[in-house]
Amino acid sequence: MSAAGPEAPPGTASSTAVSDLEASVRELLERVMDPEIPVLSVIDLGIVRHVRRAGNDGIEVGVSPTYSGCPATEVIRRLIARALHSSGYPQAYVVDVLSPPWSSDWITPGGREKLRRYGIAPPAVAVATVRRLFAQPQIACPRCGSTQTERISEFGSTPCKAHYRCISCAEPFDYFKCI
Amino acid sequence: MSDARFSFVLRLADTSLVLGQRLGEWVGHAPALEEDLGLANLSLDLIGQARLLLSYAGELEGKGRGEDQLAYLRDGAEYRNVSLAEQPNGDFGHTVVRQLLIDAWQLQLYDELQRSSDRRLAEIAAKALKETRYHFRYSAGWVVRLGDGTPESKSRGQSALDELWRFTAELFTADALDEEMATLGVGPRLETLRPKWLARIDEVLGEATLTRPTDVQYPWHGKSGQHTEHLGYLLAEMQFLQRTYPGAQW
Repeated sequence: MSAAGPEAPPGTASSTAVSDLEASVRELLERVMDPEIPVLSVIDLGIVRHVRRAGNDGIEVGVSPTYSGCPATEVIRRLIARALHSSGYPQAYVVDVLSPPWSSDWITPGGREKLRRYGIAPPAVAVATVRRLFAQPQIACPRCGSTQTERISEFGSTPCKAHYRCISCAEPFDYFKCI
Repeated sequence: MSDARFSFVLRLADTSLVLGQRLGEWVGHAPALEEDLGLANLSLDLIGQARLLLSYAGELEGKGRGEDQLAYLRDGAEYRNVSLAEQPNGDFGHTVVRQLLIDAWQLQLYDELQRSSDRRLAEIAAKALKETRYHFRYSAGWVVRLGDGTPESKSRGQSALDELWRFTAELFTADALDEEMATLGVGPRLETLRPKWLARIDEVLGEATLTRPTDVQYPWHGKSGQHTEHLGYLLAEMQFLQRTYPGAQW
């Protein structure tokens, strides 16, 4: 499986020097929030794959879908374009980047902390291998921190979340799945 | 050449689309809220994969047809899904058995397709594979719970398996198009997917204490457009809006 090796996180692949343009676009995108998880920006999610100049005034932003069928993807594309259009980049546009497929490993450390504070347990372990995906990791309750939790359902309110319950504090909570 | 590739991508797309539509029929009817959400999530993934594949198919065809036109404006005989995908939901056991048989197949299929000589197809497959692992975990988990459950759930699981098994030969029987795509390195040799598929299925059935039915060699021909009577009803519901109000948008 050539595609299964460790993957480079997005946006760090090619050059070490980040251009001024890319830096300012990324800063703008830190204020574009996921419509389903409004504490998480598209940068926190790790779905912004590249920012590059296209032609004279154009800017191309590469974005990966989290799940193929996630309805938020379309909204996110529009939100990104709108944010850039209204901030001095009228020629900016968004393209899909499918490969390598997005992984929950790419959610930033800051993003994980925001998820936890919002009441969603962040993805527990790096996916890395199929075996780890099938293992049942210990999920800590985002409210009380107890690891005495149980999975109620593999599928929650959005494609990216599973439904859990904390045995210690009896609260139900969402868990952001590893993929 | 790109005609053949168009037809091949359509097969993959239609199988996901039709199965996704079937699963969508459960919304509001599943035995518990969690399963309602679970089946809807599987459906959403499959329809998402179908959209990626249909868009690509439309580009390959080069006649300006997009994903919506391909999904909503083709008749049954133009659909290229495998026959197993269009089989009715039946009871919940029936649905998860059908799902298991297809999930285990798609796991092998997408694993191979991520090495396709067709780069776009390889990218879609790599994405779909990650989602399919969760589907398999869901369907395998339920087949074990039902099979190794009460006498009632076990007998329903077994009868679903007995009824659906005959449709599995099509998954591994290559026709001229499959052969051509395999020769070009676009698709896998279908028959080579079977040993690993069978190993996965046997492992699940073993835990589920269900009995694997005898193989039926006759391959159905859904992927060549010869469908069982069930597809027409599914398409009638799915396509109703676009057929009645052409070009309608949200």
